[in-house]
Amino acid sequence: MPETALPVFRIEATKGWRSLKLGEVWQARELLYFLTLSNIKVKYKQTLLGASWAIIQPFFTMVVFSLFFGKLAKMPSDGAPYPVFTFAALVPWTFFANGITQSSESVVRIGNTVKRVYFPRLIIPISSIMSGLVDFVLAFTVLLGMMVWYGIAPTMNVLWLPAFLFLALATALGAGFFLAALNVEYRDVRYVVPFLVQIWLFATPIAYPSSLLSEPWRTVYGLNPMAGVTEGFRWALLGTGVAPGPMLAVSAAGALLFLAAGTLYFRRVERTFADVV
Amino acid sequence: MGHLAIRVDGLGKQYRIQAVHQRYKTFRDSLMGAVRGVGARLRGDVDGAGRTEMIWALRDVSFEVGAGEVVGVIGLNGAGKSTLLRLLARITEPTVGSGEVHGRVGSLLEVGTGFHQELTGRENVYLSGVTLGMKTAEVARKFDEIVAFAEMAKFIDTPVKHYSSGMYTRLAFSVAAHLEPEILVVDEVLAVGDTRFQKKCLTKMSAAGYEGRTVLFVSHNMGTIARLCPRAMLLEGGRLVQDGPSNEVVSAYLHGGSGTTAVREYMEPPGGDIARLHVVRVRTGDGNVAQVIDVRQSVSIEMEYEVLRGGHQLLPQFQLFNEEGIHVCSLHDVDPAWRGRQRPAGRWTTTVTIPANFLSEGMIFVRVILVALNPTIHQFARNEVVAFRIVESMDGGDAARGDWSGTMEGIVRPMLPWTNEVAEERPATKSRVG
Repeated sequence: MPETALPVFRIEATKGWRSLKLGEVWQARELLYFLTLSNIKVKYKQTLLGASWAIIQPFFTMVVFSLFFGKLAKMPSDGAPYPVFTFAALVPWTFFANGITQSSESVVRIGNTVKRVYFPRLIIPISSIMSGLVDFVLAFTVLLGMMVWYGIAPTMNVLWLPAFLFLALATALGAGFFLAALNVEYRDVRYVVPFLVQIWLFATPIAYPSSLLSEPWRTVYGLNPMAGVTEGFRWALLGTGVAPGPMLAVSAAGALLFLAAGTLYFRRVERTFADVV
Repeated sequence: MGHLAIRVDGLGKQYRIQAVHQRYKTFRDSLMGAVRGVGARLRGDVDGAGRTEMIWALRDVSFEVGAGEVVGVIGLNGAGKSTLLRLLARITEPTVGSGEVHGRVGSLLEVGTGFHQELTGRENVYLSGVTLGMKTAEVARKFDEIVAFAEMAKFIDTPVKHYSSGMYTRLAFSVAAHLEPEILVVDEVLAVGDTRFQKKCLTKMSAAGYEGRTVLFVSHNMGTIARLCPRAMLLEGGRLVQDGPSNEVVSAYLHGGSGTTAVREYMEPPGGDIARLHVVRVRTGDGNVAQVIDVRQSVSIEMEYEVLRGGHQLLPQFQLFNEEGIHVCSLHDVDPAWRGRQRPAGRWTTTVTIPANFLSEGMIFVRVILVALNPTIHQFARNEVVAFRIVESMDGGDAARGDWSGTMEGIVRPMLPWTNEVAEERPATKSRVG
């Protein structure tokens, strides 16, 4: 063991905001992979319907929305058939909502491991959110099926889809980091999250189009990054709404802000995780 | 000493007692705390609210460990051993002080870290191995060896929730034993599993030392410490009180030069609504408080407590543990004068006398318990409150070892009546008599 080859780790109290040390997360990517994999494997163990839950959940929400908002309330749907209009938004939304729910509990759930071994803690909420990608793919396949059913052919806009997915991912990570860290110290978060998800659902254009709002307000609406995500999905797949405009720019900025703020907060409080979890 | 593996300087870790007792807080508690804190500050009582709630789990600890050293860390429960290991493994941050660690630290603070009940043995070997800091390729390369070491080949694809606790422990330890970080911190994990497997792990551990790895090893088993570690550090109340050759440090610890005590008085008596513990003492048969007691003397252990609310039937108990953590015996108050009777409020002293020639040589740690019966309500239960050492001078007195001067095993050494009969005495042969 030549001395020069050994990494040196400092042990000391960090004061204030610390560096993000994202390199550390990258080095622990194998752990991220195994944690994500085990999350996926464990998720539907001992359930009757298994992975079909990934489809059932958004699908039935779509059915309910179509009945009440589409048929009864005659909600406008930017020219697309209402079921596929709402489902195109529900697919990324479900990914986001499950992501923040899972990640908010993630650090607490493996508290025993956190207390006994060091690894970059950011990996824990990241793996929770990443494991939701499998569900996303399943639900997305159903969405494609519905597009075929309604005879909707995607345009070249579809090339933008990964960018919108990334936006959803960034928002989920930002919110997930924040909630996961907060939950370690304040278990109130456990009760706040379902409530938060519910309010956020209605504050996002899923059951209705954002075109209900007139222009300066529509851009302001973009401050909810998920508004940009759901409208982006519709635009990319169904060709509804308008091309990425000011609202989307605001959403993208909002998502990155979310991500940065969540990461910073998480890094700031993670030093006491092992003491309080 | 070759090059440096660990250097720490003035390391200290402070915990909020609130964080210890109460596992987590709510917004409301935080708000109330903040309000109280502001209130206290407004009254000019800066120390009041904040400081009394803080305890130092580790205080002003400085030492260096060279690469390849195997160091034992000993001390009573709560002396700060686990906190020290956690700081070195970067699991938590110190409040003050600093240090540096040269090389990757593998922490083995409890077997089964990173195990998931629903996953199979195979999946868990990977998950746990990578969690503990191995690379995937490393786990893959050692996989067969890990499974063989754990003697688990047959059940490796069964979910671990179906494992017996022994199987679980073997597999978990096997993963950990195959870690190859430059520095390994180990906390008492060998206290689990069956003896044969423990021995196997100890062998593996000492091999780790010989391969030039640095090992910090916490154990209550002084025999293991002395065998595995040339050097030991003794922690007491969060401070490093001795650091040197392990036989010296272990003997200081066992002789109660530090840490252990024959008398403990509580400034803030622990207990429930019915009774609180004030003093615990160890005396020799002639009434003197003593920590070192000859095997041929009786030992009296007494607890002094305040019964706050009379009218309850109480059961004072002592539990004795030896230095290997083996529960030697439990002693329950069977004083006929108070058995089955309710005790009035007042200051009580309950004493048990352990006869001479009963306990074996070695350190005995006393756990003190008091329970109210019907209904059963625990009043206090304290570990390692007092400790004493049974010694045998081997000066030929009337002890259970008789005329034997070698080692004598066993956790008790009772002096029992023996009888011999000889059926038909034969006259000695002439040659012998001569």
